[in-house]
Amino acid sequence: MPEGPFAPRDLAWHPPALYPDYRSSRLRAPQQALIAMPQTPTECTGPVFGHDALGPLDDDLIRNYAVSGQSAQGPRIIVHGRLLDEDARPVPGKLIEVWQANAGGRYRHVNDGYLAPLDDNFGGCGRCISGEDGSYSFRTILPGPYPWPNGGNNWRPAHIHFSVFGDGFAQRLITQMYFEGDPHIALCPIVQSIPSEDAIDRLVARLDMEATIPMDIRAYRFDIVLRGRAATVFENQLEGT
Amino acid sequence: MALKESPSQTAGPYVHIGCLPQTAGLEPRGMGAQLGGEVPEGAVTLDLTVYDGAGEVVRDALIEIWQCSDAHQHWARQATDLNTGLARFETVKPVAEAGQAPHLLVWIVARGINLGLTTRVYFPDEDNAGDPVLGLAGKRAETLVAERTNAGYAHVIHLQGPKETVFFDV
Repeated sequence: MPEGPFAPRDLAWHPPALYPDYRSSRLRAPQQALIAMPQTPTECTGPVFGHDALGPLDDDLIRNYAVSGQSAQGPRIIVHGRLLDEDARPVPGKLIEVWQANAGGRYRHVNDGYLAPLDDNFGGCGRCISGEDGSYSFRTILPGPYPWPNGGNNWRPAHIHFSVFGDGFAQRLITQMYFEGDPHIALCPIVQSIPSEDAIDRLVARLDMEATIPMDIRAYRFDIVLRGRAATVFENQLEGT
Repeated sequence: MALKESPSQTAGPYVHIGCLPQTAGLEPRGMGAQLGGEVPEGAVTLDLTVYDGAGEVVRDALIEIWQCSDAHQHWARQATDLNTGLARFETVKPVAEAGQAPHLLVWIVARGINLGLTTRVYFPDEDNAGDPVLGLAGKRAETLVAERTNAGYAHVIHLQGPKETVFFDV
């Protein structure tokens, strides 16, 4: 069955373009309102990535930058969950990319000069493709909080960045995952740019003792939700009216 | 709707680590190849630059382009150069189809952008009259049309100001 267009995006649920407490948004937020447009084939389609596009260690950040026989430093964690749409349907076969700081809060990036040291065995880049049931999983280390220039004593909560593709470009999403219990969540202007506590809560991963492997690695659970499909009027409904 | 979309967060200044790791300075090591740089046969050059509200070139953006027609499907991603701000794409020129003038979808994320920005690029040497999406931009439609260059095309995106580019709620 051909799929219909995507449901409208609830812009009030997302952070506004301009959130002055997040200083970088001041000069980068468009000042004109977004112009609503109908979805065309361009927006309803998107690239498809196969498993052959990825390397065998792409979903294991503990090992994918480590020299032979070694592993990244820091608390070992599994991050897993499901990629769903707003209708709670699995979104299979989609590329999920993640990036993060190391356990000391330092990114392996030419522009990051934070004084915490790099970890020779940690790159901070991971990728996987969602399964038939929308499930995804990768192994990494718990990232550290770090300070950032925002005009004050600003520290990011520990977080992992997620980039997610859907069936169509209209579903394309970049977001961040936080960890339950982190006191920096309430203090961070990037997190607090999200208008409601309810919405913020969707980005907070939960400790998952069911998936935690004894004497090995803890697990955190994080589901990602993409836009759903617009409501469809079925023929049998029309007959009844 | 049973669920709500995951709220967006900025890609931040280190988006390259996840999306273009070699640009961030990562060695390949145990990773698979970087995605989004494949050059299709018959490609033309499209140079994109992004400016902020102070007129400064944005050097930490990630840009993706997408086109989908019966003739071509092509996705590509580039960073704006960490020094010059230039993002150079190599893609096939799109064709007119289904009542739309030739166009590319352009998606921009960066530090300071809280929700990825969607815009389009049209071409100055095509018949754009009657394109249903370009028409929605009214007097600002010219912010969506690239310029011809010796190598292909160039287009400047302004995030703010009098020349602010049209961004769409798709």
